[in-house]
Amino acid sequence: MTCDEVEILLHALIDGELDAGHAREVEDHIAGCPACTAELAAYRQMSKAIAGAGLHYTAPPALRRRIEAALPQTKTPPSRRAVLRGFAMGSAVSALAATGLFAIVLRNDDAERIESEIVSAHLRSLQAGHLTDVISTDQHTVKPWFNGKLDVAPPVVDLTAQGFTLIGGRLDYVDARPIGAIVYKRRAHVINLFVAQTASTERRAAKAESIQGFNIRHWGEQGLNYWAVSDLAADELAEFGEKFEAAMRGGTAG
Amino acid sequence: MPVNASDDDPGRAWRFRDAALPYLDDAYTLARYLLRDANDAEDAVQECYLRALKHFDSYRGPAIKPWLFAILRNVCNAEFARRANAPTGATDDAADHAGQTPLWHEAQETPETQMLRRLDATAIRRLVAALAEPFRETFVLREIHNLSYREIADIVEAPVGTVMSRLARARAMLRSAWLAQEEQPT
Repeated sequence: MTCDEVEILLHALIDGELDAGHAREVEDHIAGCPACTAELAAYRQMSKAIAGAGLHYTAPPALRRRIEAALPQTKTPPSRRAVLRGFAMGSAVSALAATGLFAIVLRNDDAERIESEIVSAHLRSLQAGHLTDVISTDQHTVKPWFNGKLDVAPPVVDLTAQGFTLIGGRLDYVDARPIGAIVYKRRAHVINLFVAQTASTERRAAKAESIQGFNIRHWGEQGLNYWAVSDLAADELAEFGEKFEAAMRGGTAG
Repeated sequence: MPVNASDDDPGRAWRFRDAALPYLDDAYTLARYLLRDANDAEDAVQECYLRALKHFDSYRGPAIKPWLFAILRNVCNAEFARRANAPTGATDDAADHAGQTPLWHEAQETPETQMLRRLDATAIRRLVAALAEPFRETFVLREIHNLSYREIADIVEAPVGTVMSRLARARAMLRSAWLAQEEQPT
């Protein structure tokens, strides 16, 4: 094998694309050729530098929203069955979806539909590698990020001291409308807190629900509807809701 | 795979969304490198997703990423055709004009390995963006998206051997530009 051949083939060697026979031939040549040895080392170094440099771009949230808005189901919310089919794609929840099928299909009022969409949005956030648009544990970073993206300013509360770590925020779609999601974590459990505007300004006491094995806690206060959803146990999610509401009343929202 | 193929089947859109949206950042990254413009990249990615949804019924796995990329590349090429100042059909032969220095055998004439200076992501992105097509797309698909030669060959509609030689060429050009970069005072 000549240096000219190896000059090209060493790239296939670096990329692991050569079959065993050719790989040995190239390696044999390189072992006896200082020039090609240097070449191989130089290109290995460059590939490593490139891989470590983080050359990916992140799609702007506005682009994600535009694409989501252009997909049919954001104009016409999916039927219950379609939502369930979406669930069934996540293998971990398919068994739960099967057992919960009748309970869900038979419910038809708006509130229930929205709650199943909330769970669906929660699931998507875990599946798609798209948990947060803005990653920050600082409430003063997360809150301003929502400015101009929603017609409400979702309150962002730091509950780290209470055992719920703020992870970031995300724009999601529920009921064909953009909705703010504030993301918290307790241990390995993700809590999505969805916040949407409501016409009613009176306080609505918290209501706990369970859909597809996920717990939802829904309450309303000061013109905002809240849904906290997580795979956390119901009592821990209740604790989250209470701490959040207490913090809101204490005026510590960012 | 889809049972109901009508355009307004929400389940279909749902499946598409679950399958394709996780690759949004990847698609946007590829479009940024192909088009070298943030706004054009956004438009191309949006168009790509709309086309992909339209053709989702004819999509047969396994890997959705290369499938999306092939669509995106077509969209980007159409954008190039539309642009007045499009780099006109760069070929393997035309690429010598792109480099500032003779590239191909330079490294062999200096056997002692010249170490590359550490550059930050912005500087490396600029070097990659300066590569001529078709070397840039091949390079980006391999080094940034980690696709196999076979997958790249399918996307760029060229034989695997061509992919290999373009990649070798792209790396040689990038390395020369990288080394040249070191000599410039910053």
